[in-house]
Amino acid sequence: MRLSKNLRKNLFVTAFLTCPIALYALFVLWPYLETFGYSLTNWSGLTPPTKFVGLQNYTELFGDSVFRSALWHNLLMLIVLPPVTIALALFFAFMLNAGGRAGAAGIRGVRGAAFYRIVFFLPQVLSVAILIIIFQEAYRSDSAGLLNGIAVKLGLTDAAHPLGWLANPNAVLWCILAILIWQWVGFYMVLFSAAMQSIPKEIFEAALLDGAKRGQTFLRLTIPLLWDSVQTAWVYLSIAAMDGFALVANLTQGSSYGGGPDYHSEVLATYLMRNFLTFGKAGYACAMGVVIFAITLLLSFVMLRFTRRDSVEY
Amino acid sequence: MTTKTEALSGTRAREESTDRRLRRFGQDGQVLNAFSHGFLALWAFMIIFPLLWVVLGSFKTNAQIGDSAWAWPAHWSFDAFARAWSKGIGGYFANTLIVMAMSVTGTMLFGAMAAYVLARYKFRGNRVIYYGFVAGAMFPVYLALVPLFFQVNNFHMLNTYTGLALVYIAFSLPFTVFFLYAFFRTLPTAVHEAAFVDGCSHTRAFFQIMLPMAKPGLISVGIFNVLGQWNQYLLPVVLMQRQRGDTEAHQMLTQGLVNLLAAQGYAGDFPALFAGMTIAMLPVVAVYLSFQRQVQAGLTAGTLK
Repeated sequence: MRLSKNLRKNLFVTAFLTCPIALYALFVLWPYLETFGYSLTNWSGLTPPTKFVGLQNYTELFGDSVFRSALWHNLLMLIVLPPVTIALALFFAFMLNAGGRAGAAGIRGVRGAAFYRIVFFLPQVLSVAILIIIFQEAYRSDSAGLLNGIAVKLGLTDAAHPLGWLANPNAVLWCILAILIWQWVGFYMVLFSAAMQSIPKEIFEAALLDGAKRGQTFLRLTIPLLWDSVQTAWVYLSIAAMDGFALVANLTQGSSYGGGPDYHSEVLATYLMRNFLTFGKAGYACAMGVVIFAITLLLSFVMLRFTRRDSVEY
Repeated sequence: MTTKTEALSGTRAREESTDRRLRRFGQDGQVLNAFSHGFLALWAFMIIFPLLWVVLGSFKTNAQIGDSAWAWPAHWSFDAFARAWSKGIGGYFANTLIVMAMSVTGTMLFGAMAAYVLARYKFRGNRVIYYGFVAGAMFPVYLALVPLFFQVNNFHMLNTYTGLALVYIAFSLPFTVFFLYAFFRTLPTAVHEAAFVDGCSHTRAFFQIMLPMAKPGLISVGIFNVLGQWNQYLLPVVLMQRQRGDTEAHQMLTQGLVNLLAAQGYAGDFPALFAGMTIAMLPVVAVYLSFQRQVQAGLTAGTLK
């Protein structure tokens, strides 16, 4: 017996979707949803969730000074990371695509553009474990660290008084931010490069005919034409700024999941993990997750909504 | 005819003027050029130098490393690499490969299946399922971490290769589906329809016609997944812990490296740590350098649209 055409189609669709959806629902969707449910309980993480406590975790959260400083640190990263990374990435992308001497052949990138492109992107393919080892050594607080070695060579300090870097409460968060910028600039440079290459060269050449200078073409042409990509970059960098777990947990002082000295580098993710795995406050950790979730969602929404411009067709 | 010549000479005049302007564009940028060349070179240096410095560390002695940043290896031997290997780097390597053999295959297969059906078939719920998948790429993994741990525990799959591979697949699906969906939509429909006219089944059409046609997209997203899963840190830290005192954790390479770093306090063998890092880094850098165009395209394509 032959099955009808429609039935065969439906069977095929069902068969192909079952496995992917089942896996995705079990290990991604359901845990995300459960986070909301558990955030209303006083679950310890060991026994099954016992008591419904309503919004108690949330009220407790905002009275928690460590949580507030962690939140503040994430917000600070949120303010600094996207603009600095995007500015550097745009500048590099512009240099690699239109920074070279222009001649009869039109506008070209600087010499060695291919090399720079390969190198700048490299941090993206390195595992965070490798970044941790590299920066652990670079930021060593004795004179054998790479940065201290350079500082001594430059005469900024002497070998007897090395700089503290990660051990300095006022510097530690900036050190972490520097790694994030170092890591992400190349990625967004490649992203912006790809977008720039899709802009027709005639537009630039027309601007030059009208007597535009290089700086003007960058500010008045490149940036507006790349606005969509810049926006996307901003959203993704905001998500990255809300994280920072692996770096803070492994590079900074503190007994479990770093955050030191004295909570000066605490971020939401490390505090969440400590509450969950060390303090056994899984419900509390989930409430924290929900707050981060809400912030991420709000940010993406605000970014997409209020920075909308009429996109330029070309 | 005359108009044509006029137009031509007009173009030529314009070309010459463009030429002059472009040359001026080059000149007004000379100060800027010197500055920006310097800056480009400095950034490249900032990336390469720390890497090489740490790799060089695997040839130094422990005392040299603790003494000065500018010590130079006294003799070039691979002892540290052998020690790193014996500290379990080899085992972590094998663990990672086992998990990835399963997870990358699974991600590509399931991702392609779901993306294909969503891109090419009309049925009720199609949009809901598609956006359901894509939404998963919006949030950091650690938000789902607490319940995920217990979910995996319910299936008795903590500290198992299969468990970790299934979780990797699940978390790689959003991006894979998103990317391949766009790709399947750009493929021409004619071949596919001709196959159906010839009585080809849906399944055969997928495996024998669509998958081969989608090869460039599969390679891009495949590289993305290989790198992403190879470098995954948070998931193994939570899911691949020692379960009881008498068992060993099946650690992934990233996790093993970080633990090796944490153990520095007792063992104090920095050269072995750096050697271990070099071993972990080499395959990724090799893959990147040989496929760098595809890697860059694959990694940025997803964020572009």
